[in-house]
Amino acid sequence: MSLITLIPLFPLIGFLINGIGFNIVPKNLAGIISTAAALASFCCAVVLFMNFSGEVQIAKVFDWITVGKLNISMSFQIDQLSLLMLLIITGVGSLIHIYSMGYMSHDAGYGKFFSFLNLFLFFMLLLVMGSNYVVMFIGWEGVGLCSYLLIGFWNKNTNYGTAARKAFIMNRIGDLGFLLGIFMIISHFGSVEYLDVFEDLGHGTVAGDKTIMWITLLLFIGAMGKSAQIPLYTWLPDAMAGPTPVSALIHAATMVTAGIYMVIRSNALYSLAPETLHIVGWVGLATALLAASIGIFQNDIKKVLAYSTVSQLGYMFMGLGVMAYSSSFFHVMTHAFFKALLFLGAGSVIHAMSDEQDIRKMGGLRKALPITFWTFLIATIAISGIPPFAGFFSKDEILAHVYEHSPLMWGLALAGSVMTSFYMFRLLFLTFFGEFRGTKEQEHHLHESPLSMTLPLMILAVLSAVGGFFNVPHLLGGDSKLANFMAPLFAHSHAVAHAADESLEKTLMIISVIAAILSAGIAYYLFIGKKSVPVADSKVAGLQKVIYNKYYIDELYDTIFVKPISALSKFFYSVIDFLVIDLAIEGIGKLVKGLSSEARLMQDGRTGVYLFVMVLSIAVIIVWTLKDFILVGFK
Amino acid sequence: MLTISLILLPIIAGLIILLTKGDNPKTIASIAAFVELILGGYAYNQFVPNGSSQFGASYNWIASAGIKFSVGIDGISLILVCLTTLVVPFIILSTFGRTEKNAPTFYALILFMQAALIGVFTAKDIFLFYFFFEVALIPVYFLAAIWGGENRIKVTFKFFIYTLFGSLFMLLGLVYLYMKTPGLHSSAISEIYQIAEGLNGKQQGYLFWAFFIAFAIKMPVFPFHTWQPDTYVESPTAATMLMSGVMLKMGTYGLIRILLPIVPLGVQTWGTTAITLSVIGIVYGSIIAIQQRDMKRLIAYSSFAHVGLISAGIFSRTLEGLQGSLMQMLAHGINVVGLFAISEFIFQRTKSRDLSRLGGITQTTPNLTVYFVIIMLGSVAMPLTNGFVGEFLLLKGIYTYNVWFGAVSGLTIILGAVYMLRMVQKSMFGETSKLTQGFADLALHEKMTLFPLAFMVIWFGIAPNTFLPIIEPAVKQLLTIIK
Repeated sequence: MSLITLIPLFPLIGFLINGIGFNIVPKNLAGIISTAAALASFCCAVVLFMNFSGEVQIAKVFDWITVGKLNISMSFQIDQLSLLMLLIITGVGSLIHIYSMGYMSHDAGYGKFFSFLNLFLFFMLLLVMGSNYVVMFIGWEGVGLCSYLLIGFWNKNTNYGTAARKAFIMNRIGDLGFLLGIFMIISHFGSVEYLDVFEDLGHGTVAGDKTIMWITLLLFIGAMGKSAQIPLYTWLPDAMAGPTPVSALIHAATMVTAGIYMVIRSNALYSLAPETLHIVGWVGLATALLAASIGIFQNDIKKVLAYSTVSQLGYMFMGLGVMAYSSSFFHVMTHAFFKALLFLGAGSVIHAMSDEQDIRKMGGLRKALPITFWTFLIATIAISGIPPFAGFFSKDEILAHVYEHSPLMWGLALAGSVMTSFYMFRLLFLTFFGEFRGTKEQEHHLHESPLSMTLPLMILAVLSAVGGFFNVPHLLGGDSKLANFMAPLFAHSHAVAHAADESLEKTLMIISVIAAILSAGIAYYLFIGKKSVPVADSKVAGLQKVIYNKYYIDELYDTIFVKPISALSKFFYSVIDFLVIDLAIEGIGKLVKGLSSEARLMQDGRTGVYLFVMVLSIAVIIVWTLKDFILVGFK
Repeated sequence: MLTISLILLPIIAGLIILLTKGDNPKTIASIAAFVELILGGYAYNQFVPNGSSQFGASYNWIASAGIKFSVGIDGISLILVCLTTLVVPFIILSTFGRTEKNAPTFYALILFMQAALIGVFTAKDIFLFYFFFEVALIPVYFLAAIWGGENRIKVTFKFFIYTLFGSLFMLLGLVYLYMKTPGLHSSAISEIYQIAEGLNGKQQGYLFWAFFIAFAIKMPVFPFHTWQPDTYVESPTAATMLMSGVMLKMGTYGLIRILLPIVPLGVQTWGTTAITLSVIGIVYGSIIAIQQRDMKRLIAYSSFAHVGLISAGIFSRTLEGLQGSLMQMLAHGINVVGLFAISEFIFQRTKSRDLSRLGGITQTTPNLTVYFVIIMLGSVAMPLTNGFVGEFLLLKGIYTYNVWFGAVSGLTIILGAVYMLRMVQKSMFGETSKLTQGFADLALHEKMTLFPLAFMVIWFGIAPNTFLPIIEPAVKQLLTIIK
C-alpha cells in the first residue's frame, strides 16, 4: 500500500474504530485515536511533500463505477496543489483535533465528536486527492454530510438541527450544479480524469467555447454552495450552531475553501471561459462586501467570524475571477491559519465565559486570558492586512491583480478590506479591552484554557505571523516561492494573470495598509476611546437594523422558496392527488360498481364480502388466463 | 434447475408451514428465505457474464399452443433475483417482534410471494411472465386484506382492481403478439421480439400504451399512483416492504424486458411522453413527501418519486440509464425495506408513525439513529452509498437523452434531502416526546434486520462493480435489439 493511500486511510480507520465502538472505546482513548490518525496523515503528507519530485503521481486504488467506456476509478493524484492542500488540511486538522481534546472534554458525545471529525478529514482528503471529478464529488458531498452531522451535533436543540439541515440542503442545491457539470464533462470529454480533460483541452479548444462556459458555470454553482457565495451563503452563519472546533476546521479553514480548490484545479477550463470568470469575480466581490457589511453589526463572536469567513472567501473568488490562481491559493492558506486561530480563540473565550457568545457581555478579557488575547491579536492584525503578518501578503497580491483587471473592482475591494479591519478590531476591542460586562458568576469563573487548547493557538499564531513569508513578492525582496512552486499547475491553462507592475503594486500596497490602519483607528476611537458598546437588539433602528438582520435575506428566501413549496406540497397532496386524480379514478371505479347491485356491501367491511371479492378476483384471473388457451384452442 | 429451485423452494417451504401448522412458522420461513439467499448467491457466483440466459429450464405447459414453462437468468434477471433473495430474509426477520394471528398463513404467503416474484424475473415466455405477474398479486392482496389497518378493505380492493385493470391491457397486447407468431404459435419472449420487428409504428403505438399502462400502474408512474400511498400505509409493514421493495420492480423490469424491446418504434413516438410523466412524478412525489407527517406515507411518496427516476432512466434508452435503473432497483429495494422496517420498529414501541408526535429517539437508542441515517443517506444518494451509483447513472442517462429532463430530474437530490432529513430530524432528534420516552433499545431481530441492510447500502455504494460489469452484456444486447 502506497503512502498516498495511507493518508485518507488513517482518518477512515479512526472513524471506524470510534464509530463502530462508540460505546466500547473509553472516552480518553477516543480523542487520542482520532488525533493520532490526523497526525499520522500529516506525517505522511510531510514525507510525500519532502520527496516530491515535481512529477504528477497517480495512485489507483480500485475501479469504482464501470459502465461501457466510462470508467470511474477511485484514484488519487499527487501534485503541487493536492500536496499543499494536504498539508493545510492535515496540519490545521491535527491542531484542531488536539484543541478539541480540551474543548470537548466535558461533552457527553466526546467519542461521537471525534469519529465525525475523522470522517470529515477522510472526505476532505478524498476531495483534494481525487484524480477525477467524481472522486472530488464524493469528498464534496461527504464533507457536506460531516458538516451536517457536526452542525447538528447537539441534536436535542431543534434550532441546531434546522441549521444543520439548511446547510445540507443549500449545499445540495450547489451539488446539483456540480453534478450536471460532471455530466457535461463526461459527454464532452468522455472521461472525468483531470489529466485526460486538461490534455484534451490542448487540442484546439478556444477561449469562449460555449460548452466550456457551461461546464465551468455549473461547477461554480457547486462552489457557491460549498464556499458560501451569493446566493447560497446563508447557511454558513447558521452553521455556527456546531461546536467551535468544527467552525474552525470545517467552516473556516478547510471545507469552505473547497470551491476555490475546485476552480484552481480546473484552471485550464476556467481560463477558457472568460464569461464565467467575469461572473466568478463579481460574485466574489459582491459576497465580500455584503458579508463584511453584515459583520460590522453582529454581536455574536462566532457570527462576526462567520461573516468574515464568507467575506474572505469572496476575496478568494475575486482573485480567481482575474485568474490570479496562485494568489487566491495563497490566501486560502493564510486564511486557514488566521481564521482557524480566530475561531479557536473564540472557542477559548466561549469556554472561559461558560458558553456566552455575545460580545456585549464580554470586555476586558485580556487579563484573564493572556494567551488567547495575544494570539487573537496576531490573527486580527493578520486578517486586517497589516504587515508583516500573513494576511497582508496574500490579500495584497489579490488586490494588485484585481487592479490590473479593473480599478473599479479594486476600489470596491478596498472598501471591503476597510470594513474587515473595522469589524475585526471592533471584535477585538469589545472582547478583550475595557471593563468586564458579564455576570459576577462568569467573572469569577474566568480562566485561561488548558494547554491542549492554548498550544494550537500558539502554533497557529506563529503561522499567522510568518505565513506570509512563504510567498514574499519580488517587490519586497522575496522570490514568490509559493507561486513558483505552483507554476506547473497552470501549464495547461490558456492564460494566467501575470505579475503586477512593481511600482503600481507598491502604491496599491501603501494605500491599502493605510486604509486598514485608519479603519482600525476608528474602531479604537469608538470602542476604546468612547467606550461605546453595541445597543440591545430592540434598540437597533433604521439602516442598521436592516443590516443587523442580515438584509432580511433569510426571510426573503423563506417567502419565495420555502413557503411556496410547502403550500405547493399541501396543494398537490390534498387537491391534485385526492380531488383530481383519485376522484377521477374512483369515478371510473364507481361506474363499474354501479353495475353491481351488491357493490355497496363493499364498504362495510364484512369479512364475507371481502372473501367473496377475493375469490371472485382469483376466479377472474384464472378465467382470463384460461381464456387465452381457450381462444387458442378455437384457432 | 437452479432457476426452478429458486421458484420451488419458497413454495415448498410455504406449503410445509401451511400443512404442518407448525408452532414456529417464523423460523421455518426465515430458514427457507436464507437458504433461498444462498441459492441466489450461488446463482451470482456461477453466473457467466455474457449476454446469454443461464440456469434455464423449459417444460411444455400447453404443448399444442406452443406455450412453455420456460425460465432462465440473464444479467438483467440476475440483479432482480439477487434483490429478491437479498431482502426477503430481512423482511421476515423484521416481523419477529409481532405475533400475528394465523401466523402460518402469513409466512406462507410471504414465501409464495417470493416465488411469484422470482418467476416474473426469470420467465422466458410471455404467458408465463403474465401468469407470475398476476399471481404475485394474490399473496400480497391477502396479506394486506387480512393483516392490514382499519381501512384495509376499501384500500386493498382499490389496489387490487386498479392493478388488475392495468394488466388487462397488457394481456390483450400479449395475446395480439402471440397470435402473430407463425405456425402453431409460440409465446417465447425471444420469438415475440422477432415478431414485433415486423410491426409498423402505429401498431407499436397501441401496444406501447397497452404495456405502459400495466407497468405504469405497478411502479407507479404519475398519474397512476393514487392507489399506492394508501395501500402502503394500510398494509402490514411486511407486505408494504414486499410491494415497495420488490413487487414494484415487476413494473420497471417489465419496461426493460417487455416494453422496450417489443415496441421500439412505439417508444420512439411515445418515449418522451413517458419520460415527461416519470419526471413529473419525481418532482411531484418529492414535493408531496415534504409535508407528510405519517412516516409510512412519506416513504411511500418518496418511493414513488424514486421510481419515477428509474422509469425516466429506462426510457432514456442509454447504457448508463439502463445500468443505472438496474442498480437503482437494487438500491431502492434495500433502502425502502430498511426505511419501512424502521418505521415499523418505531411504531411497535410508540404506536405512532406521526412525525409531529415523535422525536428525541436518539437519546435512548443511538443504534437506531445510526442505521436510520445510513439508510437515509442511501436514499438521498450520498456518494459511497448504493443510492448514488444508481442515481448518478440514471441522471447521466436522462441528461444524455435531454439536458433539461436531466436537470429537472436532478431536483430529486435536493428535494430528497429536504424530506428525508426532515423525517430523520423529527423522529430521531430534538426533545423526546410523550411517546418516545423510555424508547426500548433495539431487539436482536431488529439489529439483525437493520445491520445487513445498512451494510448493503454501503457495500453496493463502494463496490457497485459487484454487479455493473456482470449485467452489462445483457443490457448491451437489449440495446442492440432496441436500436
